[in-house]
Amino acid sequence: MHVSLAHFLVVAALLFCFGLVTVATRRNGVGVLMGVELILNAANLNLVAFNYYVVGGVSGQVFSLFVIVLAAAEAAVGLAIVLAIFQTFKSIDVRATDALRE
Amino acid sequence: MILRRIFIWAAAAAFLLAFVVLVTNRIAVPLAPAGQEPVTGSLTAFDLSFYLLSGLAFIGAFGVALSRNVLHSAIGLLIALLGGGALYVLLSADFVAVAQLLVYVGGVLVLVLFAVMLTARISEVNISNTSFGIFGGLALFFTTAPVLCFVAVKTPWQLRANPTLVASTEAIGNEFLGRFLLPFEVASLVLLATLVGAVVIARKETRPE
Repeated sequence: MHVSLAHFLVVAALLFCFGLVTVATRRNGVGVLMGVELILNAANLNLVAFNYYVVGGVSGQVFSLFVIVLAAAEAAVGLAIVLAIFQTFKSIDVRATDALRE
Repeated sequence: MILRRIFIWAAAAAFLLAFVVLVTNRIAVPLAPAGQEPVTGSLTAFDLSFYLLSGLAFIGAFGVALSRNVLHSAIGLLIALLGGGALYVLLSADFVAVAQLLVYVGGVLVLVLFAVMLTARISEVNISNTSFGIFGGLALFFTTAPVLCFVAVKTPWQLRANPTLVASTEAIGNEFLGRFLLPFEVASLVLLATLVGAVVIARKETRPE
Protein backbone atom coordinates (compact mmCIF):
# COMPACT_ATOMS: atom_id res chain seq x y z
CA MET A 1 0.00 0.00 0.00
CA HIS A 2 1.61 3.19 -1.15
CA VAL A 3 2.12 5.99 1.30
CA SER A 4 -0.49 8.68 0.89
CA LEU A 5 -2.23 11.40 2.88
CA ALA A 6 -3.87 8.96 5.30
CA HIS A 7 -0.50 7.58 6.40
CA PHE A 8 0.76 11.01 7.37
CA LEU A 9 -2.53 11.78 9.11
CA VAL A 10 -2.25 8.58 11.14
CA VAL A 11 1.30 9.46 12.15
CA ALA A 12 0.17 12.93 13.19
CA ALA A 13 -2.79 11.49 15.09
CA LEU A 14 -0.56 9.12 17.05
CA LEU A 15 1.94 11.88 17.83
CA PHE A 16 -1.00 13.98 19.01
CA CYS A 17 -2.20 11.15 21.25
CA PHE A 18 1.25 10.73 22.78
CA GLY A 19 1.34 14.47 23.43
CA LEU A 20 -2.13 14.35 24.96
CA VAL A 21 -1.11 11.50 27.25
CA THR A 22 2.00 13.44 28.25
CA VAL A 23 0.03 16.57 29.11
CA ALA A 24 -2.57 14.58 31.02
CA THR A 25 -0.28 12.36 33.06
CA ARG A 26 2.71 14.57 33.86
CA ARG A 27 3.01 16.39 37.15
CA ASN A 28 6.27 18.00 36.14
CA GLY A 29 5.75 21.45 34.58
CA VAL A 30 8.54 20.93 32.05
CA GLY A 31 7.04 17.57 31.09
CA VAL A 32 3.68 19.19 30.42
CA LEU A 33 5.37 21.72 28.13
CA MET A 34 7.07 18.87 26.25
CA GLY A 35 3.65 17.33 25.65
CA VAL A 36 2.38 20.63 24.27
CA GLU A 37 5.33 20.73 21.89
CA LEU A 38 4.45 17.24 20.64
CA ILE A 39 0.83 18.26 20.05
CA LEU A 40 1.86 21.35 18.09
CA ASN A 41 4.27 19.26 16.06
CA ALA A 42 1.48 16.85 15.16
CA ALA A 43 -0.72 19.76 14.05
CA ASN A 44 2.16 21.03 11.93
CA LEU A 45 2.54 17.67 10.26
CA ASN A 46 -1.16 17.73 9.39
CA LEU A 47 -0.87 21.21 7.89
CA VAL A 48 2.09 20.27 5.72
CA ALA A 49 0.54 16.96 4.65
CA PHE A 50 -2.73 18.60 3.59
CA ASN A 51 -0.75 21.28 1.80
CA TYR A 52 1.17 18.68 -0.19
CA TYR A 53 -1.59 16.21 -0.97
CA VAL A 54 -4.71 18.38 -1.22
CA VAL A 55 -4.11 22.09 -1.72
CA GLY A 56 -0.78 22.60 -3.42
CA GLY A 57 1.12 25.86 -3.23
CA VAL A 58 2.78 26.87 0.01
CA SER A 59 0.04 28.37 2.21
CA GLY A 60 0.00 25.32 4.51
CA GLN A 61 3.75 25.56 4.94
CA VAL A 62 3.45 29.27 5.77
CA PHE A 63 0.90 28.42 8.44
CA SER A 64 3.14 25.72 9.86
CA LEU A 65 5.95 28.27 10.07
CA PHE A 66 3.64 30.53 12.08
CA VAL A 67 2.86 27.58 14.33
CA ILE A 68 6.59 26.98 14.84
CA VAL A 69 7.10 30.66 15.74
CA LEU A 70 4.23 30.64 18.23
CA ALA A 71 5.39 27.31 19.70
CA ALA A 72 8.84 28.79 20.30
CA ALA A 73 7.26 31.81 21.99
CA GLU A 74 5.04 29.53 24.06
CA ALA A 75 8.03 27.45 25.13
CA ALA A 76 10.02 30.51 26.17
CA VAL A 77 7.22 32.03 28.24
CA GLY A 78 6.16 28.65 29.63
CA LEU A 79 9.65 27.80 30.80
CA ALA A 80 10.02 31.27 32.32
CA ILE A 81 6.80 30.62 34.22
CA VAL A 82 8.16 27.24 35.34
CA LEU A 83 11.30 28.95 36.64
CA ALA A 84 9.20 31.52 38.50
CA ILE A 85 7.09 28.72 39.98
CA PHE A 86 10.24 26.95 41.10
CA GLN A 87 11.50 30.10 42.80
CA THR A 88 8.19 30.60 44.58
CA PHE A 89 7.12 27.08 45.53
CA LYS A 90 10.54 25.32 45.48
CA SER A 91 8.99 22.66 43.23
CA ILE A 92 7.82 22.33 39.65
CA ASP A 93 5.06 19.90 40.53
CA VAL A 94 2.00 21.43 38.91
CA ARG A 95 -0.15 20.25 41.82
CA ALA A 96 1.81 22.45 44.19
CA THR A 97 0.81 25.65 42.42
CA ASP A 98 -2.48 26.29 44.14
CA ALA A 99 -2.07 29.83 45.46
CA LEU A 100 -2.89 33.02 43.62
CA ARG A 101 -1.72 35.34 46.40
CA GLU A 102 1.88 35.71 47.51
CA MET B 1 22.03 2.88 29.41
CA ILE B 2 20.20 5.36 27.24
CA LEU B 3 20.49 3.00 24.26
CA ARG B 4 18.82 0.25 26.23
CA ARG B 5 16.09 2.68 27.18
CA ILE B 6 15.59 3.67 23.54
CA PHE B 7 15.25 -0.02 22.65
CA ILE B 8 12.60 -0.40 25.32
CA TRP B 9 10.75 2.61 23.94
CA ALA B 10 10.97 1.16 20.45
CA ALA B 11 9.54 -2.16 21.54
CA ALA B 12 6.70 -0.54 23.44
CA ALA B 13 5.94 1.86 20.59
CA ALA B 14 5.85 -1.07 18.17
CA PHE B 15 3.42 -2.85 20.48
CA LEU B 16 1.09 0.16 20.66
CA LEU B 17 1.34 0.63 16.91
CA ALA B 18 0.45 -3.00 16.33
CA PHE B 19 -2.60 -2.58 18.55
CA VAL B 20 -3.79 0.50 16.69
CA VAL B 21 -3.23 -1.13 13.30
CA LEU B 22 -5.10 -4.20 14.46
CA VAL B 23 -8.06 -2.19 15.71
CA THR B 24 -8.14 -0.05 12.58
CA ASN B 25 -7.99 -3.10 10.36
CA ARG B 26 -10.66 -4.98 12.27
CA ILE B 27 -13.06 -2.06 12.35
CA ALA B 28 -12.20 0.07 9.37
CA VAL B 29 -11.49 -2.40 6.58
CA PRO B 30 -14.82 -4.28 6.68
CA LEU B 31 -16.57 -0.91 6.39
CA ALA B 32 -14.58 0.09 3.32
CA PRO B 33 -16.71 0.63 0.21
CA ALA B 34 -16.16 -1.92 -2.52
CA GLY B 35 -13.80 -1.04 -5.30
CA GLN B 36 -11.39 0.86 -3.09
CA GLU B 37 -8.95 -1.95 -2.55
CA PRO B 38 -5.55 -0.66 -1.45
CA VAL B 39 -3.02 -0.86 -4.23
CA THR B 40 -0.35 -3.26 -3.15
CA GLY B 41 2.96 -2.86 -4.89
CA SER B 42 6.64 -2.96 -4.24
CA LEU B 43 8.03 -0.78 -1.49
CA THR B 44 9.45 2.41 -2.99
CA ALA B 45 12.21 4.48 -1.43
CA PHE B 46 9.60 7.07 -0.46
CA ASP B 47 7.55 4.48 1.44
CA LEU B 48 10.61 3.03 3.12
CA SER B 49 11.87 6.39 4.33
CA PHE B 50 8.37 7.30 5.47
CA TYR B 51 8.12 4.18 7.62
CA LEU B 52 11.62 4.60 9.04
CA LEU B 53 11.14 8.26 9.92
CA SER B 54 7.68 7.83 11.38
CA GLY B 55 9.03 4.93 13.43
CA LEU B 56 11.72 7.28 14.73
CA ALA B 57 9.08 9.85 15.62
CA PHE B 58 7.00 7.21 17.41
CA ILE B 59 9.95 6.01 19.46
CA GLY B 60 10.70 9.54 20.57
CA ALA B 61 7.08 10.38 21.31
CA PHE B 62 6.73 7.21 23.33
CA GLY B 63 9.78 8.17 25.35
CA VAL B 64 8.35 11.61 26.02
CA ALA B 65 5.04 10.17 27.14
CA LEU B 66 6.20 7.36 29.37
CA SER B 67 9.76 7.92 30.54
CA ARG B 68 9.90 8.64 34.24
CA ASN B 69 13.14 10.58 34.03
CA VAL B 70 12.62 14.08 32.69
CA LEU B 71 16.06 14.15 31.07
CA HIS B 72 15.19 11.00 29.12
CA SER B 73 11.93 12.68 28.17
CA ALA B 74 13.93 15.56 26.72
CA ILE B 75 16.01 13.12 24.67
CA GLY B 76 12.79 11.47 23.49
CA LEU B 77 11.49 14.89 22.45
CA LEU B 78 14.70 15.41 20.47
CA ILE B 79 14.19 12.11 18.63
CA ALA B 80 10.50 12.84 17.97
CA LEU B 81 11.18 16.33 16.62
CA LEU B 82 14.00 15.05 14.41
CA GLY B 83 11.75 12.36 12.96
CA GLY B 84 8.87 14.78 12.44
CA GLY B 85 11.16 17.33 10.83
CA ALA B 86 12.53 14.74 8.46
CA LEU B 87 8.97 13.81 7.48
CA TYR B 88 8.51 17.40 6.26
CA VAL B 89 11.18 16.80 3.64
CA LEU B 90 9.11 13.95 2.22
CA LEU B 91 6.21 16.40 1.94
CA SER B 92 8.15 18.89 -0.18
CA ALA B 93 8.51 21.29 2.76
CA ASP B 94 12.26 21.68 2.88
CA PHE B 95 12.24 25.14 4.42
CA VAL B 96 9.84 24.10 7.17
CA ALA B 97 12.08 21.13 7.91
CA VAL B 98 15.12 23.35 8.32
CA ALA B 99 13.14 25.82 10.43
CA GLN B 100 11.98 22.95 12.63
CA LEU B 101 15.57 21.79 13.00
CA LEU B 102 16.84 25.26 13.91
CA VAL B 103 13.98 26.40 16.12
CA TYR B 104 12.92 23.21 17.87
CA VAL B 105 16.00 21.05 18.01
CA GLY B 106 18.40 23.95 18.33
CA GLY B 107 16.45 26.39 20.44
CA VAL B 108 13.50 24.96 22.28
CA LEU B 109 15.24 21.77 23.31
CA VAL B 110 18.19 23.66 24.74
CA LEU B 111 15.67 25.81 26.60
CA VAL B 112 13.96 22.69 27.96
CA LEU B 113 17.26 21.22 29.08
CA PHE B 114 18.12 24.51 30.74
CA ALA B 115 14.86 24.46 32.64
CA VAL B 116 15.42 20.85 33.65
CA MET B 117 18.92 21.57 34.92
CA LEU B 118 17.88 24.72 36.73
CA THR B 119 14.80 23.40 38.42
CA ALA B 120 15.22 19.71 39.20
CA ARG B 121 18.18 18.79 41.29
CA ILE B 122 19.96 16.01 39.46
CA SER B 123 19.95 13.68 42.43
CA GLU B 124 16.16 13.73 42.59
CA VAL B 125 15.60 13.80 38.85
CA ASN B 126 14.20 10.30 38.98
CA ILE B 127 11.27 11.21 41.16
CA SER B 128 10.66 14.62 39.67
CA ASN B 129 8.61 13.30 36.79
CA THR B 130 6.04 11.02 38.35
CA SER B 131 2.72 10.65 36.59
CA PHE B 132 -0.71 9.99 37.96
CA GLY B 133 -0.76 6.50 36.61
CA ILE B 134 0.07 4.50 33.56
CA PHE B 135 -3.46 3.17 33.39
CA GLY B 136 -5.06 6.58 33.02
CA GLY B 137 -2.63 7.43 30.25
CA LEU B 138 -3.15 4.13 28.47
CA ALA B 139 -6.92 4.51 28.70
CA LEU B 140 -6.67 7.99 27.22
CA PHE B 141 -4.44 6.72 24.42
CA PHE B 142 -6.60 3.73 23.57
CA THR B 143 -9.73 5.85 23.43
CA THR B 144 -8.30 8.72 21.40
CA ALA B 145 -5.95 7.08 18.92
CA PRO B 146 -8.36 4.63 17.21
CA VAL B 147 -10.95 7.37 16.70
CA LEU B 148 -8.45 9.76 15.12
CA CYS B 149 -6.92 7.01 12.98
CA PHE B 150 -10.38 5.89 11.87
CA VAL B 151 -11.24 9.42 10.77
CA ALA B 152 -7.92 9.83 8.98
CA VAL B 153 -8.23 6.53 7.11
CA LYS B 154 -11.93 6.51 6.28
CA THR B 155 -12.56 10.07 5.16
CA PRO B 156 -12.59 10.31 1.33
CA TRP B 157 -10.03 13.11 0.94
CA GLN B 158 -10.04 14.99 -2.36
CA LEU B 159 -6.45 14.36 -3.32
CA ARG B 160 -4.50 16.42 -5.80
CA ALA B 161 -3.39 14.64 -8.94
CA ASN B 162 0.31 13.85 -9.01
CA PRO B 163 1.85 15.92 -6.23
CA THR B 164 5.50 16.49 -6.99
CA LEU B 165 8.44 17.58 -4.88
CA VAL B 166 9.45 21.17 -5.59
CA ALA B 167 11.73 23.55 -3.73
CA SER B 168 9.49 25.86 -1.72
CA THR B 169 11.77 28.46 -0.16
CA GLU B 170 11.35 31.11 -2.82
CA ALA B 171 7.57 30.74 -2.87
CA ILE B 172 7.45 30.98 0.93
CA GLY B 173 9.49 34.17 0.85
CA ASN B 174 7.14 35.69 -1.69
CA GLU B 175 4.11 34.72 0.37
CA PHE B 176 5.61 36.15 3.55
CA LEU B 177 6.27 39.51 1.93
CA GLY B 178 3.05 39.50 -0.07
CA ARG B 179 -0.17 37.87 1.04
CA PHE B 180 0.98 37.14 4.61
CA LEU B 181 2.83 40.39 5.29
CA LEU B 182 0.59 41.48 8.18
CA PRO B 183 0.75 38.14 10.07
CA PHE B 184 4.50 38.11 9.47
CA GLU B 185 4.95 41.51 11.10
CA VAL B 186 2.57 40.61 13.92
CA ALA B 187 4.64 37.47 14.53
CA SER B 188 7.75 39.61 14.94
CA LEU B 189 5.90 41.74 17.50
CA VAL B 190 4.83 38.56 19.30
CA LEU B 191 8.44 37.41 19.46
CA LEU B 192 9.55 40.77 20.85
CA ALA B 193 6.82 40.69 23.48
CA THR B 194 7.80 37.11 24.33
CA LEU B 195 11.43 38.09 24.76
CA VAL B 196 10.57 40.90 27.16
CA GLY B 197 7.89 38.88 28.93
CA ALA B 198 10.12 35.87 29.53
CA VAL B 199 12.80 38.07 31.05
CA VAL B 200 10.28 39.88 33.26
CA ILE B 201 8.71 36.64 34.48
CA ALA B 202 11.90 34.66 35.07
CA ARG B 203 14.06 37.25 36.81
CA LYS B 204 14.27 37.42 40.56
CA GLU B 205 11.80 39.77 42.19
CA THR B 206 13.44 43.03 43.19
CA ARG B 207 11.38 45.31 45.38
CA PRO B 208 11.91 49.05 45.22
CA GLU B 209 12.28 50.38 48.74
